[in-house]
Amino acid sequence: MVSDNEDVISLGVGEPDYITPWHIREACIHSLEQGETSYTSNYGLVELRDEISRTYTQKQGLYYDPTSEILVTSGVSEALDLAVRAITDPGDEIIIVEPSYVAYAPAIIFAGGYPVSVQTCREDKFKLTSENLKKAITPKTKAILLNYPNNPTGAVMDKKELEPIADIVEEHDIMVISDEVYERMTYDTQHTCFASLDGMRERTIVLNGFSKAYSMTGFRMAYALAPAPVLSAMMRIHQYSMLCAPITAQVGAIEALKNGEEEVEKMVNEYNRRRRLIVKGFNNIGLDCFNPGGAFYAFPSVASTGLTSEQFAERLLEQQQVVTIPGDVFGRAGNGYLRCAYAASREDIKEALERIETFISNI
Amino acid sequence: MDRKTRDILEILENDARSSYEDISALVDMTPEEVQKRIHQLEKAKIIRKYKTVIDWELAGEDYVYAIIELKVTLERKQGYQGIAERLYRFPEVRSVRLLSGEHDIALTVRGKSMKQVAFFVAEKIATLEQVHNTATHFVLKTYKEDGLIMEEPEHVKRLPVSP
Repeated sequence: MVSDNEDVISLGVGEPDYITPWHIREACIHSLEQGETSYTSNYGLVELRDEISRTYTQKQGLYYDPTSEILVTSGVSEALDLAVRAITDPGDEIIIVEPSYVAYAPAIIFAGGYPVSVQTCREDKFKLTSENLKKAITPKTKAILLNYPNNPTGAVMDKKELEPIADIVEEHDIMVISDEVYERMTYDTQHTCFASLDGMRERTIVLNGFSKAYSMTGFRMAYALAPAPVLSAMMRIHQYSMLCAPITAQVGAIEALKNGEEEVEKMVNEYNRRRRLIVKGFNNIGLDCFNPGGAFYAFPSVASTGLTSEQFAERLLEQQQVVTIPGDVFGRAGNGYLRCAYAASREDIKEALERIETFISNI
Repeated sequence: MDRKTRDILEILENDARSSYEDISALVDMTPEEVQKRIHQLEKAKIIRKYKTVIDWELAGEDYVYAIIELKVTLERKQGYQGIAERLYRFPEVRSVRLLSGEHDIALTVRGKSMKQVAFFVAEKIATLEQVHNTATHFVLKTYKEDGLIMEEPEHVKRLPVSP
């Protein structure tokens, strides 16, 4: 239905609605013209790892050794898979914070581990609390998988809120996989890299990528930062599966880090405007919407309509041709919510809100 | 300048028709506050004019544009100001810019035909006392104007649903 109908407005896609900035595309074209079509080091191009290292030193005050602590991967999806596989022994428990990105639990299961869900709620602004985390920890707990800014809720946790989590991590001697791919889309506060907290650098695998910030989803460019022994384990899996990320995409990533700042700021400013537009819009039409501090998703509650997330999303699509994602796709904690990506044009957002209002008035 | 003012200016630069209500939702201010801020910006001449970029060729109303480079003589006490004032008052002249390099001033001139533009340059511009050299370049096609690419915009092809 979605692909057949041109009148469909999609708030379903978790992808920037920008084409990759021209200077990045141009760098890739130039690289191809120069005949750069070979494999790279398994770790990724040295120049790219140097740039990543420099960026983290400058922005987070964290130094990662480009030769042994940085691995360039094909998307955060690969980095996540490597991280989970590298640290999980059969039967290990890994805590995920729900609502959570759909691939987390399967990635853990594929690695022979057991995903343990911790629920967050609207009252806690979808943030992980120490109490909830403590309850989920058992002797089998190997790690926590964090994702702030969060897909699908848009929740962020600042330094003060993350510190108690770090204390628990230390106390129970567990690891953290921190997926920070939405890092640049943090609107009201400064992003805190989990590894920058006291004592956490040695326990954290940071995952980050170029898809969201630089609108480079199709390039599949990402990286993992971790202490050398952990990274070396990830590297062993990477070199026998992916081998290395594509060189052209890596060249684009270097250009993005070197000269992409202005474009990122432009895009993030625009997302911020759309965020206000969509949150205000939902609240105005009577769907209580939490104000997301990051990413590009609004997560309104549809409980007041008496419909489940799935019923709401399905009927909305049938009757008004607006695509949204039912919240329960992201775990039990997403029951009664919808994920609406505002990486769509303002015109589309406005039109979608009008259609949702019409839909609600006809329930 | 504060963040919100900058946001308002960027929104208006991109679409001058944005209503106070539209802008208010985007910058988290009330429509009344937006209106007040815009009036202040107009008064301070930070907002100079609301403009529409029109593809006259597509509208079937072809105009001819030419870029005219001039070498001029500097005037005592006035520098380039005097000649610039003489030039910018002609309605045919769309822009006047002082340049570095081989020429001193560049004009953009608009007319209904090449003949009209050529006569305008020959009779009105070249004959000015301070002008002692002109080079006329007719514009054959405009690909980009005021930051706007005039041809078909690039379309982002996205799947309707993705992670």
